[in-house]
Amino acid sequence: MNENFIQINGISKHFGNVKAVDDVSFSIKEGEFFSLLGPSGCGKTTLLRLLAGFEYPTNGNLLIDGSDITALPPDKRPTNMVFQNYAIFPHINVEQNIKFGLRKLGLTDDEIKKRVDDVLALVKLEGYEERFSGQLSGGQRQRVALARALVRQPKVLLLDEPLGALDKKLRDEMQLELRTLQKEIGITFVFVTHDQQEAISMSDRVAVMSEGKIQQLSAPNELYKNPENIFVSDFIGETNFLKASTKSKDGDHINVAIEDLGDFKVKNNLNIPENSSDVVCSVRPESMMISRDKSDWDICLEAKINQTSYLGEMTRFYVEVSGINKVITVSSQHFDNQSFENNTCFISISLEDISLLQKK
Amino acid sequence: MFQAWRNLYSKSDNAKAYSLLSPALFLIILVMLIPMALMLSFSSFTQVSMMEIDFTPTFQRYIDFFEKSLLVSLLIKSVKISFIVTLITLLTAYPVCYYIAFYVKKNKMLWLVLLTLPFWTSYLLRVFSWKIILGTKGVFNSTLLGAGIISEPLTFLMYSEEAVIITLTHAWAAFALLPLYVSLEKIDFSYIEAARDLGLSKFEVFWKVTFPLSLPGVIGAILIIFIPTVGDYVTPALIGGTEGRMLSNMIQAYFGKINNIPLGAASATIMLTTVILITAIVSYTTKRLTQRLS
Repeated sequence: MNENFIQINGISKHFGNVKAVDDVSFSIKEGEFFSLLGPSGCGKTTLLRLLAGFEYPTNGNLLIDGSDITALPPDKRPTNMVFQNYAIFPHINVEQNIKFGLRKLGLTDDEIKKRVDDVLALVKLEGYEERFSGQLSGGQRQRVALARALVRQPKVLLLDEPLGALDKKLRDEMQLELRTLQKEIGITFVFVTHDQQEAISMSDRVAVMSEGKIQQLSAPNELYKNPENIFVSDFIGETNFLKASTKSKDGDHINVAIEDLGDFKVKNNLNIPENSSDVVCSVRPESMMISRDKSDWDICLEAKINQTSYLGEMTRFYVEVSGINKVITVSSQHFDNQSFENNTCFISISLEDISLLQKK
Repeated sequence: MFQAWRNLYSKSDNAKAYSLLSPALFLIILVMLIPMALMLSFSSFTQVSMMEIDFTPTFQRYIDFFEKSLLVSLLIKSVKISFIVTLITLLTAYPVCYYIAFYVKKNKMLWLVLLTLPFWTSYLLRVFSWKIILGTKGVFNSTLLGAGIISEPLTFLMYSEEAVIITLTHAWAAFALLPLYVSLEKIDFSYIEAARDLGLSKFEVFWKVTFPLSLPGVIGAILIIFIPTVGDYVTPALIGGTEGRMLSNMIQAYFGKINNIPLGAASATIMLTTVILITAIVSYTTKRLTQRLS
C-alpha cells in the first residue's frame, strides 16, 4: 500500500487577501478513508476543489499516485467528485447520468452496460434507471451521485459534505453504508465535513483544519484523546478548559498549578515547557464522575447543579464548583436530574484524564 | 344585491376564483376573443364593391389568398425575414448572456440595464434612427464617402430586405436577452463542474449540459422574437420600401387603401395560423433536440 498516494506539498490558495488554504503539506494513503474536518470557512472545501481541479493553487504542487496533477484540468485527473448538492443533471435520467462520464473512456457497449449494472447494484438503485432527478428522494439522489462518480473507477473519490442534506436517521445509515462501500471497493476516499461525529465515526484518519491550516492530523481516537491544541480539543467533542500554569517537569509528567484548585502532576504529552502561564487543562465532561458522596479520586470537588439537560442515553449537568467562578459540564449515564437533593453533588476528576494544552 | 354577492362568494371556491378573475376575463374577452371572432367572420364574407359587403359565408377568400402568388410569396418572405432575424438575435444575444451569467462577477444588473438602455426609447424612434444610419445621406454612407472608400452612396442599404432584417434584429434584441439571461443564470454552476469532473471538455460541457439546460430560455427567446417580427409592419413600411415589404403591409392595405376587408381578414387568419404552427413545431423540435443531445 502506497503511504504517499496523494501528496499535498506546500499548497496555498489565496482569494485576494484571503488565505483559504495556507501552506499545507501532508500525504494520504492508498485505500484510506480520509476526512477533512473543520468549521465553515476553514479551507477544507477549497482543498478538496484543488484536488478536483476546480481551483488551481497559488503555491505548491499536488501528486496522485506519483504523477503531478497540479496543472491538470478536472477532466484529465484520476479523481471524481460527489457534490454537496449532488448535481444530478436534471435533463437526463438516472441511467444517462451514470453513463455520462463513461463516454470518454473508450469502452464498448457491453463494458458500459456491465459497469452501469454493477454500480447500480453497488448503490442499491436497480430499477431506478428511468427516473429523473426530480423524482428521487435525497438519499436516492446521493446514491446516484455516488454511482456516477464510482462508475468511472477513479483512483480517488472526493466527497464534499455529501450527507449534509439528509435527515439524521438517513445520515447515520449512509455513514455506515459509505464506510462499508469504501472498504469493499478499496478506492481512496477524501471526505469533507464540518460534522466531527461524522468524521470520527467514518474515517481512518482525520485532518482538522482551521484558518487554512491543518491543526492536527491523526486517527480519530487520537484526535479525541490526545488533542494537540486548544482548537482541536474544543472542536472535537465537548470539553472544559481550566486556566493553569506549569512548574517543574518530572519525566514525562509536569507539575501544574490549576487556577483555584491547587497544584497537581499531570502527563505532558505535548512537551510543554516549564514555567509557562499560557496553558490550559482540558477535561472531557464524560471523563468526570458526578456523585452524591465524596470520592477518593485525585480531585474531588463539591458543586451545585445549575442546570441539567436530559439527552436520553446520558444527562448533562452544568455545575458550579464552590470557589470557582466557572460553569463546568459533566455528563453521566447513571444519574439524572432527579438524583440529587438540594442540587448538591460532588464531581471527581482523575489526573490521567487531564490534557495539558498550550495557548496560541 | 351586496348580500347576494357575498353568499355566492363564500359558497364555492369556483365562484370565488371566477369572481377574482372576472376583470381579467372581461378584458381578454373584450380585446382578444371578440376581435378574433370578428376577424374570422369577416374572412368568410365577400367584398362586392367599395361600399358593399356580401355577408353570405364562404371559404372563397382563403382560396383567393393561395391563388394570388403575391400574397403567398409575401407570407413566405415574412416568415423568412423573421426566421433570419430570430437566428441572428439568438446567435448574438446568447454569447452576451452567457458571458454575463458566468463570467461577470459583480454588477450583473448594471450590465443588463446598459444592454437594454437603447430600448428605453420608443420603437418608432429606433426604426427612424436606422433610417438616419442607413439612408443615402446617412451616417454610414457619408462616412464611407468621406473616407473615399466609395464614390457613390450604397443604395441597397436602405429600402431592402437587409435593412428590414438589421432594424428588426436591433429592435427586438432586448427581448431575447432577458429570457436567455434568466435561463443561463439559473443553471447551477455545480452541473458544469460535475460535467468537467466526469471527463468532458469545456466545449462538450456546453453542448451536453449548458445548452440543453438553457433551452427553455432559447425557446422563449425564439417565440418572443419570431411572433412579433413576423407580423411587424412599421419597420417594413418605413425601412423596407418595395423590396422589404412583408405580408402585414399588404393586410394593412386590404383594410385601408385597397378596401377588401374580407381578403385582409383571411390573410390575417392565415398568418396567425402559420405563426401558431411554427410555434408548435419549434417547441416540439427543441424538446426532441434536448433528448437527442443528451
